[in-house]
Amino acid sequence: MYKIAKENLASLFALINETKELYLPVEVAGQTNFAAYTAEANVDLDTLKTVKSPKDVFFPQSENLYTCNKEDNKLKITPEKLVDAPFVVFGMKACDIKGIEVLDRVFLSDPVDSFYAARRANGIIVGLACHEPEESCFCKVFGVDCTEPAADVATWMIEGELYWKALTEKGEALTESVKALLTETCESKVEAEKSAVKAIVEKLPYSNLSLEGWNGNVLTEKFNDALWNELYKPCLACGTCTFVCPTCQCYDIKDYNTGNGVQRYRCWDSCMYSDFTMMAHGNNRNSQMQRFRQRFMHKLVYFPANNDGMYSCVGCGRCVDKCPASLNIVKVIKAFSEKGDK
Amino acid sequence: MSNHEHQHGEHECTCFPGFKHDTLIPMVGIITDIREETPDVKTFRVNAPEGGKLFEHMPGQCAMLCVPGVSEGMFSITSSPTNKEYQEFSIKRCGMLTEMLHSLEVGSEITVRGPYGNNFPVDTVLKGKDLVFIAGGIGLAPLRSVINYVIDNRADYGKVDIIYGSRSADDLVQLKEIQEVWMNTPGINVHLTIDREQEGWNGHVGFVPTFVKELGESSQVEFGINTISLICGPPIMIKFVLGALGDMGVSKTQIYTTLELRMKCGVGKCGRCNIGSKYVCKDGPVFRFDEVDELPPEF
Amino acid sequence: MQELITRAKELLANGTVARVLGWKIGDMPYNPEPAFFETVESLDKFVYNGFCGANLSKYMIEASKLEGKTLVCLKPCDSYSFNQLLTEHRVDRDKAYIIGVGCKGKLDIERIKKTGIKGVIAIGGAEMTDACDTLAIDTIYGEKSCSYNDGMLERCHVCKGKEHKIYDELIGESRDTCDKERFAEVERIEAMSPAEKFEFFKAELSKCIRCNACRNVCPACSCRKCVFDSTKFDSAQKANVDSFEEKMFHIIRAFHVAGRCTDCGECSRVCPQGIPLHLFNRKFIKDINEIYGEYVAGAEAGSRAPLVSFTTEDAEPSIVNERGSK
Repeated sequence: MYKIAKENLASLFALINETKELYLPVEVAGQTNFAAYTAEANVDLDTLKTVKSPKDVFFPQSENLYTCNKEDNKLKITPEKLVDAPFVVFGMKACDIKGIEVLDRVFLSDPVDSFYAARRANGIIVGLACHEPEESCFCKVFGVDCTEPAADVATWMIEGELYWKALTEKGEALTESVKALLTETCESKVEAEKSAVKAIVEKLPYSNLSLEGWNGNVLTEKFNDALWNELYKPCLACGTCTFVCPTCQCYDIKDYNTGNGVQRYRCWDSCMYSDFTMMAHGNNRNSQMQRFRQRFMHKLVYFPANNDGMYSCVGCGRCVDKCPASLNIVKVIKAFSEKGDK
Repeated sequence: MSNHEHQHGEHECTCFPGFKHDTLIPMVGIITDIREETPDVKTFRVNAPEGGKLFEHMPGQCAMLCVPGVSEGMFSITSSPTNKEYQEFSIKRCGMLTEMLHSLEVGSEITVRGPYGNNFPVDTVLKGKDLVFIAGGIGLAPLRSVINYVIDNRADYGKVDIIYGSRSADDLVQLKEIQEVWMNTPGINVHLTIDREQEGWNGHVGFVPTFVKELGESSQVEFGINTISLICGPPIMIKFVLGALGDMGVSKTQIYTTLELRMKCGVGKCGRCNIGSKYVCKDGPVFRFDEVDELPPEF
Repeated sequence: MQELITRAKELLANGTVARVLGWKIGDMPYNPEPAFFETVESLDKFVYNGFCGANLSKYMIEASKLEGKTLVCLKPCDSYSFNQLLTEHRVDRDKAYIIGVGCKGKLDIERIKKTGIKGVIAIGGAEMTDACDTLAIDTIYGEKSCSYNDGMLERCHVCKGKEHKIYDELIGESRDTCDKERFAEVERIEAMSPAEKFEFFKAELSKCIRCNACRNVCPACSCRKCVFDSTKFDSAQKANVDSFEEKMFHIIRAFHVAGRCTDCGECSRVCPQGIPLHLFNRKFIKDINEIYGEYVAGAEAGSRAPLVSFTTEDAEPSIVNERGSK
């Protein structure tokens, strides 16, 4: 275990950035999101939750796949170069790291998505334990320990000092490269911090949310439940929940006409959007109720069915914070529980 | 590094280190033949630019065809894998992309990625069975791949009946092949029908589901315990054919179909074609009907 | 609030209305959700307090297609939106029974949290019966407080007034919350150099994630099919692939709602990235006022907006040059 004073973090970031791209929470116009480090960047490690999850470091909101040009009247396809240099993501929280585990199930399953795989192979994650969890957090429900980020390096911010512990080989290598700035220390403060934060987690209002009734063979029962007809009603059909979510992975594939060719790119899509399943001869989910149901059924039933029971929610609570109509997965889960109790 | 090597190098390419050919990156295909089947269906033959097939596939699988800058769409491969020279796609004109494809000429280049999805179980379940193919309109396209595969491996399968119908005689796809090859293959019976009476048509008139019932009830086509039915056509046809087969005691485990939904990635990741815990592009498009019944009714 | 619930129950029970459109109590002190109530019993979950910021007018587009009348609760500012939707024939007056509800300024949990408050468990002082000067906030990290005005939405600081512009009956009192000059922020930006303006908007709009919440919540964005949802042209609807797209989306949207925007502020309320989107609309309102004379969209149903009513006194296109870079 090592530590570094908070005021020396700027040198740590600069040192990492000398050899590697570095992504970390940066404040722009009042909001904090993960972004590439620059000397001028307003790094913000105090905000608990970035607006967007850091999933876009591995699965960007938009990315080019290839370009297609005509040369001598022949089509030529040039695939986009894959990420091939190591980079560091600093400050990811435990829930967001679990989110990457969920995305791995999608993008690293056969056939492997090479764009994502290249970023995963080259990404070094420095996790930051949560210090003051918020009332909208419910990571405990999904088995996430916010005091112990399962990263390459785990860090804790305690009384103006960042405690640093490498957990993997990649983490060891990174630690080695910045050792000059770190001092060795014992784990006692970290242990105390962990138990203090765990005690707070116990007190969070959503920490004991019950997922009873969502596991097992419940697809037909849940799908046909009349409750969806009520729940979806305030939904504005925007994509906020899907775009801030660390596990939503749906994407669209589009072409951009560059004038002398076509750039094929993919971008995040939302199952909440009316055109998501639109095709030449109609739409198989043509009401907002169906689209709303799809999102939650996917997270709580379909995804676990294909992934050894792993839910496609990590309890980060961003949808709780951000839904313009104050809808969210917690309200959906609770509504089903309440109905069951009656 | 030429485009050609990109496409055919065994997934690995030396263009830049660590590059793996992603399944989302297409190959260039060249249209080497276009057959006008009906007023709105054309069959396109596609080859690699240097000749030969772009890839190997199995009957029932699909591929993404794209006119760069226009749009991309999933189409079933209508040629049989036993055809060693090319792949074929029968495409009905019904939207922007298909309109554009129909305007192409021999020699035009498109991009192709695939093959995607599962296939009809030609090498397992279907082996040794009597097969009944039931198709309506352009629905013959995916089944044609199986039919020709069966013809080329004739000894592996029992009796074959093909029940095929369309709106009119002019809308029957692959008529030449049906008459010249299928009708002349021993052990294969072809039953054609059209929706309405038409001058010059001496064959059966009536909708496919009714025809299926007539053929079954008169024992011209036998739906025994050793029979597997493969259906493809418009949803309304499928619905009534299923009813007719059910009435004749055919179990849903003896019926296969192929579903169509909006697809984008083709590899079960983008989420478009997700129904229940299945992704039609990856877990399908071929489903046994009892499996279809277990899916939420969203297709 | 009790008076409101009692009245809603009465109107529902006697068949005057088929449903009630209001807010349902949330599972946090600050997250009530817009809701339709169809039975008298379900109204036990009805809530109306400082956190009921959502403008329910737009839900009336769908409600107008339903059988029977819908009782809709409109705050003074929401009533402008309803009028505007009436003007545009998007809602049916005969399908609405409007209760104008009093408003003491609406709260924004994000603003409360910006004051450093975390782990909110309970909030006192946000009920309609409260004086609404201080919020007592119970948190996991101890008792906190926040002045009511510090927690208010931006739009309430420039409130258009306590008067409902359309209603069938009124329930509840309102409070003057206006403590800022409505166009001050627009003027501050107008005074910037072009480069400063560009930097300001670049920083703000670069945060956009193309979630379309601003569009979907906007009562003026009531097109059946949005041009940005068209698959027929290359609008990169969901991609923030190119900063140009983001700017174009918001600027085009602002042009589309110019003269029809009632400045209800919903766009800024719902933006997950806190982009002050209302500034675009308010700039247009200010310009329209200056060039064509004062006009308040939604103040009166059926009024002709300056941009859609030609007069011979209208400004000539050359006004652009005369006004310079403003």
